[in-house]
Amino acid sequence: MREASITPSRILLYAAVWLIAAAYLIPFAVVLLNSLRSAEEIAQTSMIGWPKQWAWGNYATAWGQFCVAQTCEGIKPYMLNSMLVTIPATIISTLLGAVAGYAISLWRFRGDQWIFGIIAIGVFLPQQMRLLPWTIVLRDMGLTNTLTGLVMIHCIQGMSFTTLFCRNYYTAIPPELIKAARIDGAGFFRTFWRIILPLSPPILVVTAIWQFTHIWNEFLYGVTFTTGQQQPVTAALIALTAAVADIPQYGVQNAAVMIAALPTLLVYLFGGRYFVRGLTAGSVK
Amino acid sequence: MSHAAPAATEATVARRRVDALRRVPEYLVIWVPLLVTAAHIIAFAAWTIWISFTPSTLLPEAGWVGLRNYNAILSTRNWQIAFDNIFLFGGTFVVLSAAVGLLLAILLDQRIRGENALRSIFLYPLALSFVVTGTVWSWLLNPGLGVQKFVNVLGWTSFKFDWLLDKDKAIWTIVIAAIWQSSGFAMALFLAGLRSVDGDLVKAAQIDGAGPVRIYRRIIIPSLWPILLTVVVVQLQFAITTFDLVRALTGGGPGIATMLPALVVYDFMFQRGHIGRGTAAAVLMLLILLAVLVPYWAWKYVQTRRTANA
Repeated sequence: MREASITPSRILLYAAVWLIAAAYLIPFAVVLLNSLRSAEEIAQTSMIGWPKQWAWGNYATAWGQFCVAQTCEGIKPYMLNSMLVTIPATIISTLLGAVAGYAISLWRFRGDQWIFGIIAIGVFLPQQMRLLPWTIVLRDMGLTNTLTGLVMIHCIQGMSFTTLFCRNYYTAIPPELIKAARIDGAGFFRTFWRIILPLSPPILVVTAIWQFTHIWNEFLYGVTFTTGQQQPVTAALIALTAAVADIPQYGVQNAAVMIAALPTLLVYLFGGRYFVRGLTAGSVK
Repeated sequence: MSHAAPAATEATVARRRVDALRRVPEYLVIWVPLLVTAAHIIAFAAWTIWISFTPSTLLPEAGWVGLRNYNAILSTRNWQIAFDNIFLFGGTFVVLSAAVGLLLAILLDQRIRGENALRSIFLYPLALSFVVTGTVWSWLLNPGLGVQKFVNVLGWTSFKFDWLLDKDKAIWTIVIAAIWQSSGFAMALFLAGLRSVDGDLVKAAQIDGAGPVRIYRRIIIPSLWPILLTVVVVQLQFAITTFDLVRALTGGGPGIATMLPALVVYDFMFQRGHIGRGTAAAVLMLLILLAVLVPYWAWKYVQTRRTANA
Protein backbone atom coordinates (compact mmCIF):
# COMPACT_ATOMS: atom_id res chain seq x y z
CA MET A 1 0.00 0.00 0.00
CA ARG A 2 1.37 3.38 -1.00
CA GLU A 3 1.26 6.17 1.57
CA ALA A 4 -1.02 8.92 0.34
CA SER A 5 0.93 12.10 -0.35
CA ILE A 6 0.55 15.24 1.77
CA THR A 7 -2.13 17.40 0.29
CA PRO A 8 -4.30 20.11 1.87
CA SER A 9 -7.20 17.68 1.99
CA ARG A 10 -5.07 15.12 3.86
CA ILE A 11 -4.08 17.77 6.40
CA LEU A 12 -7.73 18.69 6.84
CA LEU A 13 -8.59 15.02 7.30
CA TYR A 14 -5.99 14.56 10.04
CA ALA A 15 -7.07 17.78 11.76
CA ALA A 16 -10.72 16.66 11.73
CA VAL A 17 -10.11 13.16 12.98
CA TRP A 18 -7.81 14.24 15.81
CA LEU A 19 -10.15 17.03 16.80
CA ILE A 20 -12.96 14.53 17.21
CA ALA A 21 -10.62 12.20 19.09
CA ALA A 22 -9.82 15.05 21.47
CA ALA A 23 -13.53 15.53 22.09
CA TYR A 24 -13.84 11.86 23.03
CA LEU A 25 -10.86 12.13 25.38
CA ILE A 26 -11.91 15.33 27.14
CA PRO A 27 -14.28 13.77 29.70
CA PHE A 28 -11.59 11.28 30.69
CA ALA A 29 -8.93 13.97 30.88
CA VAL A 30 -11.21 16.18 32.98
CA VAL A 31 -11.81 13.43 35.53
CA LEU A 32 -8.14 12.48 35.62
CA LEU A 33 -7.04 16.08 36.22
CA ASN A 34 -9.79 16.74 38.75
CA SER A 35 -8.84 13.66 40.69
CA LEU A 36 -5.56 15.46 41.37
CA ARG A 37 -7.00 18.88 42.28
CA SER A 38 -8.22 20.05 45.65
CA ALA A 39 -11.92 20.67 46.26
CA GLU A 40 -11.33 24.38 46.92
CA GLU A 41 -9.49 24.80 43.66
CA ILE A 42 -12.31 23.16 41.71
CA ALA A 43 -14.96 25.20 43.52
CA GLN A 44 -13.12 28.44 42.78
CA THR A 45 -12.67 27.80 39.07
CA SER A 46 -14.53 24.92 37.44
CA MET A 47 -14.26 21.19 36.74
CA ILE A 48 -12.12 21.96 33.72
CA GLY A 49 -8.61 23.05 34.55
CA TRP A 50 -4.99 22.15 35.17
CA PRO A 51 -4.03 21.33 38.78
CA LYS A 52 -2.17 24.17 40.50
CA GLN A 53 -1.09 21.80 43.24
CA TRP A 54 -1.09 18.10 42.72
CA ALA A 55 -3.41 16.61 45.33
CA TRP A 56 -2.24 13.02 45.27
CA GLY A 57 -3.93 12.48 48.62
CA ASN A 58 -7.33 12.41 46.86
CA TYR A 59 -6.72 8.83 45.85
CA ALA A 60 -5.91 7.64 49.35
CA THR A 61 -8.99 9.43 50.70
CA ALA A 62 -11.24 8.04 47.97
CA TRP A 63 -9.88 4.56 48.48
CA GLY A 64 -9.96 4.30 52.26
CA GLN A 65 -11.60 7.22 54.10
CA PHE A 66 -14.30 8.88 52.08
CA CYS A 67 -17.78 8.63 53.58
CA VAL A 68 -20.44 6.84 51.57
CA ALA A 69 -23.80 6.72 53.28
CA GLN A 70 -22.68 6.98 56.92
CA THR A 71 -19.70 4.61 56.70
CA CYS A 72 -16.31 6.14 56.14
CA GLU A 73 -14.18 3.45 54.60
CA GLY A 74 -13.86 4.90 51.12
CA ILE A 75 -14.73 2.80 48.11
CA LYS A 76 -12.38 -0.03 49.02
CA PRO A 77 -15.09 -2.36 50.41
CA TYR A 78 -17.29 -1.74 47.36
CA MET A 79 -14.43 -2.40 44.97
CA LEU A 80 -13.83 -5.64 46.83
CA ASN A 81 -17.53 -6.53 46.53
CA SER A 82 -17.45 -5.91 42.80
CA MET A 83 -14.36 -8.10 42.47
CA LEU A 84 -15.94 -10.89 44.51
CA VAL A 85 -19.00 -10.84 42.28
CA THR A 86 -17.39 -10.21 38.91
CA ILE A 87 -14.50 -12.67 38.97
CA PRO A 88 -16.36 -15.87 40.01
CA ALA A 89 -19.40 -15.00 37.87
CA THR A 90 -17.19 -14.37 34.83
CA ILE A 91 -15.30 -17.64 35.19
CA ILE A 92 -18.34 -19.80 35.93
CA SER A 93 -20.61 -18.33 33.27
CA THR A 94 -17.88 -18.54 30.62
CA LEU A 95 -17.16 -22.20 31.36
CA LEU A 96 -20.84 -23.12 31.50
CA GLY A 97 -21.35 -21.32 28.20
CA ALA A 98 -18.46 -23.18 26.59
CA VAL A 99 -19.83 -26.59 27.64
CA ALA A 100 -23.39 -25.68 26.65
CA GLY A 101 -22.28 -24.18 23.33
CA TYR A 102 -20.29 -27.31 22.55
CA ALA A 103 -23.17 -29.61 23.49
CA ILE A 104 -25.62 -27.67 21.33
CA SER A 105 -23.48 -27.15 18.25
CA LEU A 106 -21.35 -30.29 18.04
CA TRP A 107 -22.35 -33.06 20.44
CA ARG A 108 -26.03 -32.59 19.59
CA PHE A 109 -28.89 -34.08 21.57
CA ARG A 110 -32.63 -34.25 21.24
CA GLY A 111 -34.24 -30.84 21.66
CA ASP A 112 -30.97 -28.94 21.41
CA GLN A 113 -32.21 -26.32 18.96
CA TRP A 114 -35.31 -25.69 21.04
CA ILE A 115 -33.44 -25.07 24.23
CA PHE A 116 -30.94 -22.91 22.39
CA GLY A 117 -33.78 -20.81 21.00
CA ILE A 118 -35.17 -20.21 24.48
CA ILE A 119 -31.78 -19.34 25.91
CA ALA A 120 -31.10 -16.91 23.06
CA ILE A 121 -34.32 -15.07 23.95
CA GLY A 122 -32.65 -14.30 27.27
CA VAL A 123 -30.29 -11.97 25.43
CA PHE A 124 -33.20 -9.69 24.58
CA LEU A 125 -35.40 -10.06 27.64
CA PRO A 126 -35.02 -6.81 29.63
CA GLN A 127 -33.85 -6.98 33.24
CA GLN A 128 -37.08 -5.30 34.29
CA MET A 129 -38.95 -8.48 33.37
CA ARG A 130 -36.86 -10.45 35.87
CA LEU A 131 -36.44 -7.99 38.71
CA LEU A 132 -39.36 -9.12 40.86
CA PRO A 133 -38.93 -12.86 40.29
CA TRP A 134 -35.28 -12.54 41.29
CA THR A 135 -36.30 -10.63 44.42
CA ILE A 136 -38.52 -13.52 45.43
CA VAL A 137 -36.04 -16.25 44.49
CA LEU A 138 -33.29 -14.51 46.47
CA ARG A 139 -35.59 -14.11 49.47
CA ASP A 140 -36.65 -17.77 49.40
CA MET A 141 -33.06 -18.94 49.09
CA GLY A 142 -31.97 -16.65 51.92
CA LEU A 143 -29.61 -14.82 49.57
CA THR A 144 -31.07 -11.33 49.83
CA ASN A 145 -28.33 -8.73 50.24
CA THR A 146 -25.50 -11.20 49.60
CA LEU A 147 -22.75 -11.28 47.04
CA THR A 148 -23.47 -14.99 46.45
CA GLY A 149 -26.94 -14.00 45.25
CA LEU A 150 -25.49 -11.57 42.73
CA VAL A 151 -22.98 -14.18 41.52
CA MET A 152 -25.82 -16.66 41.00
CA ILE A 153 -27.90 -14.14 39.05
CA HIS A 154 -25.02 -13.18 36.80
CA CYS A 155 -24.15 -16.83 36.13
CA ILE A 156 -27.69 -17.81 35.15
CA GLN A 157 -28.41 -14.66 33.22
CA GLY A 158 -24.95 -14.63 31.66
CA MET A 159 -25.49 -18.14 30.27
CA SER A 160 -27.58 -16.63 27.49
CA PHE A 161 -24.66 -14.57 26.20
CA THR A 162 -21.88 -17.06 26.82
CA THR A 163 -23.79 -19.97 25.25
CA LEU A 164 -24.62 -17.85 22.23
CA PHE A 165 -21.03 -16.69 21.75
CA CYS A 166 -19.53 -20.16 22.11
CA ARG A 167 -22.21 -21.93 20.09
CA ASN A 168 -21.69 -19.52 17.17
CA TYR A 169 -17.96 -20.07 17.33
CA TYR A 170 -18.15 -23.86 17.57
CA THR A 171 -20.46 -24.21 14.57
CA ALA A 172 -17.40 -23.39 12.47
CA ILE A 173 -15.65 -26.56 13.71
CA PRO A 174 -16.20 -29.44 11.27
CA PRO A 175 -18.51 -32.02 12.88
CA GLU A 176 -16.39 -34.81 11.32
CA LEU A 177 -13.80 -34.05 13.97
CA ILE A 178 -16.29 -34.96 16.69
CA LYS A 179 -17.59 -37.98 14.81
CA ALA A 180 -14.08 -39.34 14.44
CA ALA A 181 -13.43 -38.89 18.14
CA ARG A 182 -16.72 -40.60 18.97
CA ILE A 183 -15.87 -43.58 16.79
CA ASP A 184 -12.56 -43.82 18.63
CA GLY A 185 -14.60 -44.15 21.81
CA ALA A 186 -14.04 -40.69 23.25
CA GLY A 187 -16.93 -39.52 25.42
CA PHE A 188 -18.44 -36.11 25.96
CA PHE A 189 -15.86 -34.84 28.43
CA ARG A 190 -12.82 -36.32 26.69
CA THR A 191 -13.83 -34.80 23.37
CA PHE A 192 -14.37 -31.45 25.06
CA TRP A 193 -11.05 -31.60 26.89
CA ARG A 194 -8.93 -32.95 24.02
CA ILE A 195 -10.50 -31.39 20.93
CA ILE A 196 -12.78 -28.47 21.76
CA LEU A 197 -10.88 -26.74 24.55
CA PRO A 198 -7.59 -26.49 22.62
CA LEU A 199 -9.51 -24.75 19.83
CA SER A 200 -11.30 -22.40 22.22
CA PRO A 201 -8.89 -19.79 23.64
CA PRO A 202 -9.98 -16.99 21.27
CA ILE A 203 -13.69 -17.35 22.04
CA LEU A 204 -13.09 -17.89 25.76
CA VAL A 205 -11.14 -14.63 25.94
CA VAL A 206 -13.83 -12.75 23.99
CA THR A 207 -16.57 -14.19 26.20
CA ALA A 208 -14.72 -13.62 29.47
CA ILE A 209 -13.94 -9.99 28.56
CA TRP A 210 -17.56 -9.39 27.60
CA GLN A 211 -18.82 -10.91 30.83
CA PHE A 212 -16.29 -9.12 33.02
CA THR A 213 -17.14 -5.74 31.53
CA HIS A 214 -20.88 -6.28 31.76
CA ILE A 215 -20.95 -7.66 35.27
CA TRP A 216 -18.57 -5.03 36.60
CA ASN A 217 -20.63 -2.25 35.04
CA GLU A 218 -24.02 -3.68 36.02
CA PHE A 219 -26.04 -1.36 38.22
CA LEU A 220 -29.74 -2.23 38.41
CA TYR A 221 -29.40 -5.60 40.17
CA GLY A 222 -26.66 -4.27 42.41
CA VAL A 223 -28.75 -1.39 43.64
CA THR A 224 -31.96 -3.46 43.94
CA PHE A 225 -30.70 -6.58 45.67
CA THR A 226 -28.00 -5.21 47.96
CA THR A 227 -27.80 -2.37 50.45
CA GLY A 228 -25.13 -0.66 52.52
CA GLN A 229 -21.84 -2.44 52.79
CA GLN A 230 -22.83 -5.22 50.42
CA GLN A 231 -23.23 -3.00 47.36
CA PRO A 232 -21.05 -3.27 44.27
CA VAL A 233 -19.07 -0.20 43.31
CA THR A 234 -21.49 1.07 40.63
CA ALA A 235 -24.25 1.35 43.23
CA ALA A 236 -21.88 2.93 45.74
CA LEU A 237 -20.79 5.54 43.18
CA ILE A 238 -24.35 6.85 42.95
CA ALA A 239 -24.54 7.15 46.73
CA LEU A 240 -21.12 8.78 46.78
CA THR A 241 -21.95 11.40 44.17
CA ALA A 242 -25.30 12.05 45.78
CA ALA A 243 -23.32 13.22 48.82
CA VAL A 244 -22.25 16.20 46.70
CA ALA A 245 -24.98 18.32 48.24
CA ASP A 246 -23.56 18.12 51.78
CA ILE A 247 -19.89 18.94 51.49
CA PRO A 248 -18.60 18.94 47.94
CA GLN A 249 -15.37 16.99 47.71
CA TYR A 250 -15.01 17.02 43.96
CA GLY A 251 -11.37 16.02 43.90
CA VAL A 252 -11.99 12.92 45.98
CA GLN A 253 -15.14 12.06 44.07
CA ASN A 254 -13.29 12.26 40.77
CA ALA A 255 -10.59 10.00 42.18
CA ALA A 256 -13.30 7.52 43.22
CA VAL A 257 -14.76 7.55 39.70
CA MET A 258 -11.29 6.89 38.28
CA ILE A 259 -10.76 3.95 40.62
CA ALA A 260 -14.17 2.46 39.84
CA ALA A 261 -13.61 2.77 36.10
CA LEU A 262 -10.07 1.41 36.17
CA PRO A 263 -10.66 -2.39 36.03
CA THR A 264 -12.75 -2.34 32.86
CA LEU A 265 -10.49 0.27 31.29
CA LEU A 266 -7.47 -1.95 31.95
CA VAL A 267 -9.27 -4.95 30.47
CA TYR A 268 -10.09 -2.83 27.42
CA LEU A 269 -6.53 -1.57 27.12
CA PHE A 270 -4.99 -5.04 27.22
CA GLY A 271 -7.69 -6.97 25.43
CA GLY A 272 -8.95 -4.32 23.01
CA ARG A 273 -8.97 -6.60 19.98
CA TYR A 274 -11.06 -9.21 21.80
CA PHE A 275 -13.28 -6.53 23.29
CA VAL A 276 -14.21 -5.27 19.83
CA ARG A 277 -14.77 -8.79 18.59
CA GLY A 278 -17.19 -9.34 21.45
CA LEU A 279 -19.05 -6.16 20.57
CA THR A 280 -19.57 -7.22 16.98
CA ALA A 281 -20.36 -10.81 17.92
CA GLY A 282 -22.87 -9.55 20.49
CA SER A 283 -24.64 -7.44 17.90
CA VAL A 284 -24.94 -10.03 15.15
CA LYS A 285 -26.68 -12.46 17.50
CA MET B 1 -27.49 -73.02 21.41
CA SER B 2 -31.08 -72.05 21.98
CA HIS B 3 -30.41 -70.42 25.36
CA ALA B 4 -27.37 -68.45 24.14
CA ALA B 5 -29.46 -65.77 22.46
CA PRO B 6 -31.31 -64.55 25.59
CA ALA B 7 -28.00 -64.50 27.47
CA ALA B 8 -26.53 -62.24 24.81
CA THR B 9 -29.50 -59.86 25.05
CA GLU B 10 -29.19 -59.79 28.78
CA ALA B 11 -25.55 -58.87 28.37
CA THR B 12 -26.40 -56.07 25.95
CA VAL B 13 -29.10 -54.76 28.26
CA ALA B 14 -26.65 -54.80 31.15
CA ARG B 15 -24.01 -53.11 29.02
CA ARG B 16 -26.51 -50.47 27.96
CA ARG B 17 -27.46 -49.89 31.57
CA VAL B 18 -23.84 -49.44 32.57
CA ASP B 19 -23.35 -47.20 29.58
CA ALA B 20 -26.33 -45.06 30.54
CA LEU B 21 -25.09 -44.85 34.14
CA ARG B 22 -21.69 -43.79 32.94
CA ARG B 23 -23.32 -40.99 30.97
CA VAL B 24 -25.11 -39.50 33.98
CA PRO B 25 -22.46 -36.83 34.65
CA GLU B 26 -22.61 -35.87 30.99
CA TYR B 27 -26.40 -35.45 31.11
CA LEU B 28 -26.13 -33.46 34.32
CA VAL B 29 -23.54 -31.09 32.90
CA ILE B 30 -25.51 -30.57 29.70
CA TRP B 31 -29.00 -30.32 31.07
CA VAL B 32 -28.85 -28.70 34.49
CA PRO B 33 -27.42 -25.32 33.42
CA LEU B 34 -29.45 -25.27 30.21
CA LEU B 35 -32.71 -26.12 31.94
CA VAL B 36 -32.15 -23.68 34.80
CA THR B 37 -31.42 -20.86 32.36
CA ALA B 38 -34.26 -21.67 30.00
CA ALA B 39 -36.68 -22.15 32.89
CA HIS B 40 -35.76 -18.83 34.46
CA ILE B 41 -36.36 -17.01 31.19
CA ILE B 42 -39.79 -18.54 30.57
CA ALA B 43 -40.97 -18.65 34.17
CA PHE B 44 -39.78 -15.15 35.10
CA ALA B 45 -41.30 -13.58 32.02
CA ALA B 46 -44.57 -15.47 32.48
CA TRP B 47 -44.75 -14.65 36.18
CA THR B 48 -44.08 -10.95 35.57
CA ILE B 49 -46.80 -10.85 32.92
CA TRP B 50 -49.22 -12.66 35.26
CA ILE B 51 -48.56 -10.27 38.17
CA SER B 52 -49.38 -7.35 35.88
CA PHE B 53 -52.95 -8.67 35.68
CA THR B 54 -53.39 -9.12 39.44
CA PRO B 55 -54.30 -6.64 42.18
CA SER B 56 -50.84 -7.09 43.80
CA THR B 57 -49.46 -4.08 45.61
CA LEU B 58 -46.63 -4.66 48.10
CA LEU B 59 -46.71 -8.46 47.78
CA PRO B 60 -47.87 -10.78 45.01
CA GLU B 61 -51.58 -11.54 45.31
CA ALA B 62 -53.76 -13.88 43.29
CA GLY B 63 -56.72 -12.42 41.47
CA TRP B 64 -57.58 -10.93 38.13
CA VAL B 65 -58.06 -7.26 37.44
CA GLY B 66 -57.84 -7.35 33.66
CA LEU B 67 -56.16 -4.29 32.22
CA ARG B 68 -56.63 -2.11 35.28
CA ASN B 69 -52.90 -1.84 36.03
CA TYR B 70 -52.19 -1.04 32.39
CA ASN B 71 -54.81 1.67 32.27
CA ALA B 72 -53.48 3.10 35.51
CA ILE B 73 -49.91 3.20 34.19
CA LEU B 74 -50.92 4.62 30.82
CA SER B 75 -52.77 7.47 32.51
CA THR B 76 -49.90 8.52 34.79
CA ARG B 77 -47.99 11.65 33.87
CA ASN B 78 -44.72 9.75 34.48
CA TRP B 79 -45.45 7.14 31.84
CA GLN B 80 -46.70 9.67 29.32
CA ILE B 81 -43.52 11.69 29.65
CA ALA B 82 -41.43 8.50 29.57
CA PHE B 83 -43.19 7.37 26.41
CA ASP B 84 -42.61 10.71 24.66
CA ASN B 85 -39.01 10.67 25.81
CA ILE B 86 -38.41 7.27 24.24
CA PHE B 87 -39.15 8.81 20.87
CA LEU B 88 -37.24 12.02 21.53
CA PHE B 89 -34.22 10.36 23.09
CA GLY B 90 -34.32 7.09 21.12
CA GLY B 91 -34.89 8.74 17.76
CA THR B 92 -32.31 11.50 18.11
CA PHE B 93 -29.73 9.28 19.72
CA VAL B 94 -30.03 6.51 17.13
CA VAL B 95 -29.85 8.85 14.14
CA LEU B 96 -26.99 10.94 15.50
CA SER B 97 -24.90 8.06 16.79
CA ALA B 98 -25.25 6.22 13.48
CA ALA B 99 -24.28 9.42 11.63
CA VAL B 100 -21.29 10.08 13.88
CA GLY B 101 -20.28 6.41 13.68
CA LEU B 102 -20.45 6.42 9.88
CA LEU B 103 -18.48 9.65 9.66
CA LEU B 104 -15.78 8.28 11.95
CA ALA B 105 -15.62 5.02 10.01
CA ILE B 106 -15.24 6.84 6.70
CA LEU B 107 -12.54 9.12 8.13
CA LEU B 108 -10.65 6.13 9.52
CA ASP B 109 -10.96 4.30 6.21
CA GLN B 110 -8.71 6.88 4.45
CA ARG B 111 -5.48 4.96 5.15
CA ILE B 112 -4.79 7.14 8.12
CA ARG B 113 -1.63 6.89 10.16
CA GLY B 114 -2.34 5.99 13.79
CA GLU B 115 -5.60 4.30 12.93
CA ASN B 116 -5.30 1.85 15.82
CA ALA B 117 -4.79 4.58 18.38
CA LEU B 118 -7.73 6.56 17.01
CA ARG B 119 -9.98 3.53 16.99
CA SER B 120 -9.11 2.83 20.61
CA ILE B 121 -9.96 6.42 21.53
CA PHE B 122 -13.39 6.26 19.88
CA LEU B 123 -14.16 2.93 21.51
CA TYR B 124 -12.93 3.33 25.08
CA PRO B 125 -16.17 4.86 26.43
CA LEU B 126 -17.84 1.51 25.70
CA ALA B 127 -15.73 -0.11 28.38
CA LEU B 128 -17.10 2.28 31.00
CA SER B 129 -20.16 1.76 33.11
CA PHE B 130 -23.15 3.99 32.37
CA VAL B 131 -22.97 5.05 36.00
CA VAL B 132 -19.49 6.45 35.38
CA THR B 133 -20.52 8.09 32.11
CA GLY B 134 -23.63 9.60 33.67
CA THR B 135 -21.74 10.89 36.70
CA VAL B 136 -18.98 12.47 34.65
CA TRP B 137 -21.39 14.16 32.27
CA SER B 138 -23.54 15.37 35.15
CA TRP B 139 -20.49 17.28 36.36
CA LEU B 140 -19.49 18.57 32.94
CA LEU B 141 -22.99 19.78 32.15
CA ASN B 142 -23.68 21.22 35.58
CA PRO B 143 -23.74 24.99 34.96
CA GLY B 144 -22.13 25.85 38.28
CA LEU B 145 -19.34 23.35 37.85
CA GLY B 146 -18.66 22.32 34.28
CA VAL B 147 -18.55 23.84 30.82
CA GLN B 148 -20.63 26.93 31.63
CA LYS B 149 -18.55 27.80 34.69
CA PHE B 150 -15.36 27.22 32.71
CA VAL B 151 -16.38 29.68 30.00
CA ASN B 152 -17.66 32.14 32.63
CA VAL B 153 -14.34 32.06 34.49
CA LEU B 154 -12.50 32.61 31.20
CA GLY B 155 -14.28 35.96 30.93
CA TRP B 156 -17.45 35.40 28.93
CA THR B 157 -19.68 35.90 31.95
CA SER B 158 -23.02 35.87 30.14
CA PHE B 159 -22.42 32.44 28.57
CA LYS B 160 -25.14 29.96 29.48
CA PHE B 161 -25.24 26.22 29.01
CA ASP B 162 -27.74 24.91 31.51
CA TRP B 163 -29.63 22.19 29.64
CA LEU B 164 -29.23 19.90 32.63
CA LEU B 165 -31.49 22.14 34.71
CA ASP B 166 -33.90 23.08 31.92
CA LYS B 167 -36.87 20.74 31.84
CA ASP B 168 -37.33 21.19 28.08
CA LYS B 169 -33.70 20.54 27.23
CA ALA B 170 -32.51 18.08 29.87
CA ILE B 171 -33.35 15.13 27.61
CA TRP B 172 -30.68 16.32 25.15
CA THR B 173 -28.00 15.96 27.82
CA ILE B 174 -28.81 12.24 27.88
CA VAL B 175 -28.52 12.17 24.10
CA ILE B 176 -25.07 13.81 24.33
CA ALA B 177 -23.79 11.36 26.94
CA ALA B 178 -25.26 8.35 25.12
CA ILE B 179 -23.68 9.38 21.81
CA TRP B 180 -20.34 9.91 23.50
CA GLN B 181 -20.56 6.46 25.03
CA SER B 182 -21.75 4.37 22.13
CA SER B 183 -21.08 5.99 18.75
CA GLY B 184 -17.82 4.02 18.77
CA PHE B 185 -19.90 0.88 18.52
CA ALA B 186 -21.52 2.12 15.29
CA MET B 187 -18.08 3.09 14.02
CA ALA B 188 -16.67 -0.41 14.66
CA LEU B 189 -19.50 -2.08 12.74
CA PHE B 190 -19.41 0.40 9.86
CA LEU B 191 -15.64 0.16 9.58
CA ALA B 192 -15.86 -3.64 9.31
CA GLY B 193 -18.49 -3.12 6.60
CA LEU B 194 -16.39 -0.61 4.69
CA ARG B 195 -13.46 -3.01 4.72
CA SER B 196 -15.54 -5.77 3.19
CA VAL B 197 -16.83 -3.74 0.24
CA ASP B 198 -16.03 -5.39 -3.08
CA GLY B 199 -12.70 -3.88 -4.16
CA ASP B 200 -13.21 -4.71 -7.85
CA LEU B 201 -16.43 -2.72 -7.93
CA VAL B 202 -14.65 0.31 -6.50
CA LYS B 203 -11.78 -0.08 -8.95
CA ALA B 204 -14.14 -0.34 -11.89
CA ALA B 205 -15.86 2.85 -10.79
CA GLN B 206 -12.50 4.58 -10.44
CA ILE B 207 -11.57 3.56 -13.99
CA ASP B 208 -14.87 4.99 -15.16
CA GLY B 209 -13.70 8.27 -13.65
CA ALA B 210 -15.88 8.40 -10.53
CA GLY B 211 -14.52 10.62 -7.76
CA PRO B 212 -14.25 9.46 -4.12
CA VAL B 213 -17.43 11.28 -3.03
CA ARG B 214 -19.38 9.65 -5.83
CA ILE B 215 -17.94 6.23 -5.05
CA TYR B 216 -18.95 6.58 -1.41
CA ARG B 217 -22.43 7.81 -2.24
CA ARG B 218 -23.21 5.41 -5.03
CA ILE B 219 -21.36 2.21 -4.19
CA ILE B 220 -20.01 2.00 -0.67
CA ILE B 221 -22.70 3.56 1.52
CA PRO B 222 -25.59 1.72 -0.19
CA SER B 223 -23.83 -1.57 0.50
CA LEU B 224 -23.77 -0.71 4.21
CA TRP B 225 -27.48 -0.62 4.81
CA PRO B 226 -27.81 -4.07 6.39
CA ILE B 227 -25.18 -2.94 8.91
CA LEU B 228 -27.05 0.31 9.42
CA LEU B 229 -30.14 -1.69 10.28
CA THR B 230 -28.24 -3.75 12.86
CA VAL B 231 -26.75 -0.59 14.38
CA VAL B 232 -30.17 1.04 14.60
CA VAL B 233 -31.80 -1.99 16.21
CA VAL B 234 -29.04 -2.52 18.78
CA GLN B 235 -29.01 1.17 19.72
CA LEU B 236 -32.81 1.30 19.95
CA GLN B 237 -32.73 -1.72 22.19
CA PHE B 238 -30.34 0.16 24.45
CA ALA B 239 -32.40 3.36 24.33
CA ILE B 240 -35.64 1.61 25.25
CA THR B 241 -34.12 -0.10 28.29
CA THR B 242 -31.91 2.80 29.46
CA PHE B 243 -31.82 3.07 33.23
CA ASP B 244 -28.33 3.55 34.70
CA LEU B 245 -27.38 6.47 32.47
CA VAL B 246 -30.43 8.54 33.35
CA ARG B 247 -30.24 7.56 36.98
CA ALA B 248 -26.68 8.89 37.21
CA LEU B 249 -27.05 11.88 34.90
CA THR B 250 -30.40 13.49 35.71
CA GLY B 251 -32.15 11.08 38.07
CA GLY B 252 -35.18 11.53 35.83
CA GLY B 253 -35.29 15.26 36.52
CA PRO B 254 -35.54 18.15 36.65
CA GLY B 255 -38.89 17.16 38.07
CA ILE B 256 -39.88 14.23 35.89
CA ALA B 257 -38.70 15.78 32.61
CA THR B 258 -36.30 12.96 31.73
CA MET B 259 -38.43 10.00 32.85
CA LEU B 260 -37.90 6.83 30.86
CA PRO B 261 -39.90 3.56 31.01
CA ALA B 262 -37.22 1.75 33.03
CA LEU B 263 -37.39 4.49 35.68
CA VAL B 264 -41.18 4.21 35.83
CA VAL B 265 -40.87 0.44 36.35
CA TYR B 266 -38.39 0.90 39.19
CA ASP B 267 -40.41 3.68 40.76
CA PHE B 268 -43.63 1.65 40.92
CA MET B 269 -41.98 -1.63 41.95
CA PHE B 270 -39.67 -0.45 44.70
CA GLN B 271 -40.52 3.12 45.68
CA ARG B 272 -44.30 3.23 45.51
CA GLY B 273 -44.65 -0.46 46.40
CA HIS B 274 -47.18 -1.22 43.69
CA ILE B 275 -45.81 -4.27 41.93
CA GLY B 276 -48.96 -4.83 39.85
CA ARG B 277 -48.40 -1.49 38.16
CA GLY B 278 -44.63 -1.87 38.12
CA THR B 279 -44.87 -5.15 36.23
CA ALA B 280 -47.47 -3.65 33.88
CA ALA B 281 -44.95 -0.92 33.05
CA ALA B 282 -42.28 -3.60 32.51
CA VAL B 283 -44.56 -5.47 30.10
CA LEU B 284 -45.32 -2.24 28.23
CA MET B 285 -41.59 -1.68 27.95
CA LEU B 286 -41.20 -5.20 26.56
CA LEU B 287 -43.92 -4.50 23.99
CA ILE B 288 -42.09 -1.37 22.80
CA LEU B 289 -38.95 -3.46 22.50
CA LEU B 290 -40.76 -6.16 20.54
CA ALA B 291 -42.18 -3.54 18.18
CA VAL B 292 -38.56 -2.93 17.17
CA LEU B 293 -37.22 -6.48 17.36
CA VAL B 294 -39.97 -8.51 15.69
CA PRO B 295 -39.79 -6.72 12.31
CA TYR B 296 -36.00 -6.97 12.50
CA TRP B 297 -36.11 -10.71 13.17
CA ALA B 298 -38.60 -11.17 10.32
CA TRP B 299 -36.31 -9.27 8.00
CA LYS B 300 -33.33 -11.38 9.07
CA TYR B 301 -35.33 -14.55 8.57
CA VAL B 302 -36.29 -13.56 5.02
CA GLN B 303 -32.70 -12.56 4.38
CA THR B 304 -31.27 -15.94 5.44
CA ARG B 305 -33.97 -17.79 3.48
CA ARG B 306 -33.08 -15.80 0.39
CA THR B 307 -29.36 -16.49 0.65
CA ALA B 308 -30.08 -20.17 1.32
CA ASN B 309 -32.19 -20.37 -1.84
CA ALA B 310 -29.80 -18.41 -4.01
